[in-house]
Amino acid sequence: MRRYSEHFDVREYVMFGAVTLAVMALCVCVGSVSIPLKEIGQVLWGTLCGESAPSGAHAAMILSIRIPRVLCVALEGASLSLAGAAMQGLLRNPLADGSTLGVSAGASLGAVLAIAFGISFPHLPFAGTMVMAILFAFLSLLLILALAWRMDSSLSTNTIILIGVIFSMFISSLINVIVTFASDRLHSITFWTMGSLSASTYPKALLLLICLLLAGGVIFAHASELNAFSLGEDTARHIGVNIRRTRLLILIAVSCLIGVCVAIGGMISFVGLVTPHMVRMIVGPNHKRLLPASLFGGAVFLMLADLAARILLDPIELPIGVVTSMVGAVVFIVIFLRTGEGGKHA
Amino acid sequence: MLEVRDLCVEIRGRKILDQIGFDVSCGQWLMIVGPNGAGKTTLVNALTGGIQSTGSMHLQGEDLRKMSSAARARRIGVLEQQHVQGCAFRVEEVVRMGRYAHRTGFFRPASDEDDAAVEEAIRLCGLEDLRGQELDTLSGGELQRTYLAQAFCQTPDLLILDEPANHLDIKYQKQVFSLIRKWLDSPGRAVISIVHDLSLAKIHATHALLLDGGRQAGYGPADDVLRPELLEKVYGLDVAAWMKELYEVWE
Repeated sequence: MRRYSEHFDVREYVMFGAVTLAVMALCVCVGSVSIPLKEIGQVLWGTLCGESAPSGAHAAMILSIRIPRVLCVALEGASLSLAGAAMQGLLRNPLADGSTLGVSAGASLGAVLAIAFGISFPHLPFAGTMVMAILFAFLSLLLILALAWRMDSSLSTNTIILIGVIFSMFISSLINVIVTFASDRLHSITFWTMGSLSASTYPKALLLLICLLLAGGVIFAHASELNAFSLGEDTARHIGVNIRRTRLLILIAVSCLIGVCVAIGGMISFVGLVTPHMVRMIVGPNHKRLLPASLFGGAVFLMLADLAARILLDPIELPIGVVTSMVGAVVFIVIFLRTGEGGKHA
Repeated sequence: MLEVRDLCVEIRGRKILDQIGFDVSCGQWLMIVGPNGAGKTTLVNALTGGIQSTGSMHLQGEDLRKMSSAARARRIGVLEQQHVQGCAFRVEEVVRMGRYAHRTGFFRPASDEDDAAVEEAIRLCGLEDLRGQELDTLSGGELQRTYLAQAFCQTPDLLILDEPANHLDIKYQKQVFSLIRKWLDSPGRAVISIVHDLSLAKIHATHALLLDGGRQAGYGPADDVLRPELLEKVYGLDVAAWMKELYEVWE
């Protein structure tokens, strides 16, 4: 019997993994100060084996700044891209990502409130923004689903998108009101809304990793269901997919990913929108292949965007969200012009 | 196999289906016929759980509404009238999705049985040469055969088809109906289908359900229901005379 493989095989995992590692190494090496790859290897080897404690300015820069930042950027890119791929499959909409659902907007409101009113927790300086962003991401999801439920108990994708767009616009006006009344924090809020991962740390990377493992695991386990959704909700139901349960689980997983990403990196748009489209051109529409490819693709895309943000106007660092929006918009238009089929999402 | 009693569907206060009742046994092909707006597609949607309904529906004694989505999909295959456009999945991937309800485990890996069912469905629907082709490059007939193969792949006992001849030229129309007839020949299987072409209904049906304005205008063996006088009453037209007139142009 001919065995048909829908999944990523080992060769593909190795290939995508190698590219990701290569870009990671590049991002650690290059910056305002260039560090040779050999030196990075020595510092890492020394740290991991504990043979001799690495010292010097370069070692401190590699271990305290570059590596945590690259890890955070890669994990954030992977998370946003995975969330985007799942949303596009679930909602059968090529323009779907966290912002379409309204969760990014909700998370932003939470974070802006934390910055504007100085909400913080003792001994955990970054926790105020993070807790508020995650809390508001969940509250937004609940509110959006409740409104969608009230309008249409079958929770159709069109209703969810409609409510998500309206909700995002409403939140945007609320943020503007907060900015008006908290003008002394205008700089912090504006910088945060443009997205930045310059204050990355190992605990933040660990949090992103845990969230990616849990929420990403849920999304990966529903790859077959996402494939079925791509053929339409009726077809999915006919072949045995529990539509309501699947939709709820994936929306919750996506909210977790986006909530944590927004809390840590601010508003970084276009990653979840563009990367799944780019990798879909390479691996096809099957989510069993698209999801792992989006994971690697998102990490690579955001690492390169962060690198550009760091070195383009050196010594000035651009907000990463500005770079992803500029590059993402151009790439998105090129993809649409090349394929000539904006509606072909699956 | 399937027992439906007092089935009613109400949408925004308007009764779309009223007190529908019928049985389908193994080996039977029940054709649902009636004019536009009679409630044929609504009936299929109610049977497949797409819309809320009242009344009872039992499949081999089991309440259809209490069955899980997967359990229902293992026993009922459905072919819709319309299919999603602009989809780049390959034919084999779409057919393979029909095994979803049979696959278990966290990542639902395919078993040899799944592979065998896929191969059998592809062979039965003549899709061997198209298996690697993307869905959005297929003609209407090829698309219909792909989704029919997906339904066959579910290895169901009951097949529910909403206008299976939709988009098909007469060659494929004949081919698809022959395929369904061949599938029905195996023991323990039954078919329910909506058709507009009453000649096709007369050729293939063992039983017929005639709907008119959401009510049951006739139900029973096909020859008893598809009678000229009953059809004239429902369609407001001498159906038999019109059919004869159509065929006379070929003589």
